[in-house]
Amino acid sequence: MVSSSLEELSLTADVLIVGGGMAGAWAATSAAQAGAKVVLADKGYCGTSGVTAAAGPGHWWVPPDPSAARDAAVANRVAAGLGLGEAEWMYRILDQTWRTLPTLARYYKFAVDDEGRVNHRAVRGPEYMRALRQQVLGHGVTILDHSPVLELLARSDGSIGGARGLRRQDGGRSYRIEAGAVVLAAGGTSFLSHLLGSHTNTGDGYLMAAEAGAQMSGMEFTAAYTIAPAHSTMTRSMAYSFATYYDSDGQELDLPLGPDQTIRLARALQRGPVYCSLHRLPDDIKARLHTISPNVPLVFDRWGIDPYRDRFEVTLHNDGTIRGIGGVRVHDTDGATAVEGLFVAGDNASREKVAGAISGGGNVNSAWALSSGVFAGRAAARVARSAVRRTERLRPLGRAGLRPGGRPQTLDVAAIRSSVRAEMHPFDKNLFRTGPGLAASSRILDDLWRDVAEHGHAGTLALREAAALVATARWSVATAAARNESRGLHRREDCPAQDPGLAARLLSGGLDRIRVSLDRPSPATRPDQLEAAS
Amino acid sequence: MIELIVEERCTDCGACIEVCPANVLEPGRAGLPVLARVEDCQTCFMCELYCRTDAIYVAPDCDRRVSVNKEQVVTSGRLGQYRKHSGWDEWAERFLNEQWLMETVFRRAGEAAAQARGGRPAAAKE
Ligand SMILES: Cc1cc2nc3c(=O)[nH]c(=O)nc-3n(C[C@H](O)[C@H](O)[C@H](O)COP(=O)(O)OP(=O)(O)OC[C@H]3O[C@@H](n4cnc5c(N)ncnc54)[C@H](O)[C@@H]3O)c2cc1C
Repeated sequence: MVSSSLEELSLTADVLIVGGGMAGAWAATSAAQAGAKVVLADKGYCGTSGVTAAAGPGHWWVPPDPSAARDAAVANRVAAGLGLGEAEWMYRILDQTWRTLPTLARYYKFAVDDEGRVNHRAVRGPEYMRALRQQVLGHGVTILDHSPVLELLARSDGSIGGARGLRRQDGGRSYRIEAGAVVLAAGGTSFLSHLLGSHTNTGDGYLMAAEAGAQMSGMEFTAAYTIAPAHSTMTRSMAYSFATYYDSDGQELDLPLGPDQTIRLARALQRGPVYCSLHRLPDDIKARLHTISPNVPLVFDRWGIDPYRDRFEVTLHNDGTIRGIGGVRVHDTDGATAVEGLFVAGDNASREKVAGAISGGGNVNSAWALSSGVFAGRAAARVARSAVRRTERLRPLGRAGLRPGGRPQTLDVAAIRSSVRAEMHPFDKNLFRTGPGLAASSRILDDLWRDVAEHGHAGTLALREAAALVATARWSVATAAARNESRGLHRREDCPAQDPGLAARLLSGGLDRIRVSLDRPSPATRPDQLEAAS
Repeated sequence: MIELIVEERCTDCGACIEVCPANVLEPGRAGLPVLARVEDCQTCFMCELYCRTDAIYVAPDCDRRVSVNKEQVVTSGRLGQYRKHSGWDEWAERFLNEQWLMETVFRRAGEAAAQARGGRPAAAKE
C-alpha cells in the first residue's frame, strides 16, 4: 500500500479520516467495520491529541426504556435550543451512543459505581482515547501520527478524492493520500485560547471544507467561555459548581450557579481580578477529586495552593467552536457535506441540530462526536465502495498560505495569531457583542485574510493554521453581525431581545468574500432517513 | 509548560516524543529527549501520563515560563503524580477511575443552589 518516492510519500485508501480525536476514531472504526481500507491522519498523536483526550467527556445518555425518559430529555433540549435544534437528530444520537459506546468494553474498562452498576456514559479522556486508538488499530486502520493534513485534493468533477499533508516527525516530508471519500474530523477551534487540549485545533477542517465549497452553520455561537485557575489550562469546571467568588477587596461576589453565571463572572473580570475558593465542595468529593479528575488537583498542588482554604485567581478561556457549536453544515443524515465525497464529524461539524443555540458541552457534544463519526465513517465507506476508480489527476484545493493570489511575501505568523486572539477572546468583543464592535473586528480580520491569501506562500503548517484561524474568525464575526438579536450563546448588547424571525440557522461561507444566509429545512430530509442504524 | 526531564530517570524510550500532541520534543544526541519547542507546549500533561519512569515535570503555567529546581521537583513527590492518580500501569489496583462521580457532583451542586434560591435545580456542564 505504501509507495514512496524521495520527496513524497504516496498512499491509497478507500476512506481517509482527517483528525484522530473522538469523532475521527469512531469514524475510522465504523468505516473499517463496513469493510473499507482506512487511513487516519492526525496532526499530533491519535490518542492524546484534541480536546477529548485531556478532558472527561460525559456522553448524553438516556436508556431507551421507558421511552418517556428520552421524550422528556429531547423535549427539554429542543426547548433549550431556542428553535435551532431538531428532535429527530437528538433521538438519533441518543440511540447511536447508547448502542455504540458499550462496544468499546474490549478496550476501555468502564467504571463500576458505588452501587455496583457499570457506568458507560462518563469516561476519562486519556483512557478513552487510548482505547479508541487500540480499537482503530485492531480494525486494521493505518494511523499516520504527526501528519497534519494541509489541503484536500479534488477530482475533475469537484468531488473529493484525497488530501495532502506533511510528516512533521519525518523532516517535514510531504505525503498524499488518494481516497474514495474523506471524513473531516479535525475538531473545532478555541482561537488559541488556553482551553485544555485545544492548542492544535486551529480550524483547519473548516478552511479545507470551505475551499472545497462547503458551507458553515452556526458560526456566531463562539461566545462560550470556561473557568480555569489564572495562568493554567485547566478548564474543567466540575469543582467550580461549588465555588465561592471574591473581588480583590475580599468581598464575596454574587455569582450563583445558573445559566448566567459565566456572564456575571465575565462582568466581574472586566472590573478586576476575581478570586475563588472551593471550600464548599463536599468533603467526600474533596477526598476523591484526584480519582475523579486526576489532572485538576495537579495545578493546585504544584502551585502550593490549597483550593479549599486559599483563594486563587481565576480566568475564563474562550471555547470558540468547541463548547460553542458552529462548524461545517451537515447536509444529510449521514454526515455528508454539500461536496461529493466529503463527510464531516465531531466539532468539525455544526452541532446546532443536536445542541440548538446553546453550548453542546456537558454531554451532547460527545454523543454527537461519537454518533456523527459512526454515521460519516459508514457512509464514506459506502461511497468509496461504489465510486468508480479511475486514475485521474487530482487538483489541490489549498489556497491561502499555500498558493498566493499575488506577490509572495514573508508573513509574521505570530502576529497573525495574536491578532486573531485579540478579536476573538476579549469579552467586550466576542461575549458582549455590538454591531459597531463586530464591524471593527471584521475590518481587522479582512485585512489579515487579504495578507495571507495574497502573499502567504510558505506552505508551512503554521501558516496554514493561521489562515484557518483567520477564516474561522471571519465567519464567526460576519454571522454574529448578521444575527441582529440575542439567542443562546450569541449575545448582542445592542439587540438584547430574541427576534422570532431569526429562529433559524445561519449559514456562512466564502473565502475572499464572506456570505451569510438563512438556512431552510432541507426537503430532502425524510423522517425515515433519521432512524439510527445498528 | 513542560519544564524538566530528569536525566537520571529517563530511559530514552521515546514515548514522550511520540505522544506529545504539539510536537514539542525531539530525539537528542545524548540519549535524552530534547525540549525543542517549549513555546508550542499546550500544558496538557499527556507526556507525564505516558512516562513510565516519571521523569517529566510539566509546570501548570501555560502562558509564562517558570524556572524549576530539579532537586525540589524530584523530592516533592509530584513526579508521576498524574500517572499514579490516574491508576495507570502499576497503580491500576490502587487508584480506581471515578470519573463517573462527576455528574453526581453537578447534580448535588444544582440541588444545593436550588435550595439556596428556593427554585428549580440549574443545569451545568463539565
Ligand atoms: C475541557 C473540556 C471538557 C469537555 N467535556 C465535555 C463533556 O463532559 N461532555 C461533552 O459532551 N463534551 C465535552 N467537551 C466537548 C467535547 O470534548 C468535544 O466536543 C469532542 O471531544 C470533540 O471531538 P472531536 O473528535 O471532534 O475533536 P478533538 O477531540 O478535538 O479532535 C480533533 C483532532 O483533529 C486533529 N487535527 C486538527 N487539525 C488537523 C489537521 N490539519 N490534520 C490532521 N489532524 C488534525 C487534532 O490533532 C485532534 O486530534 C469538553 C471539551 C473540553 C475542552
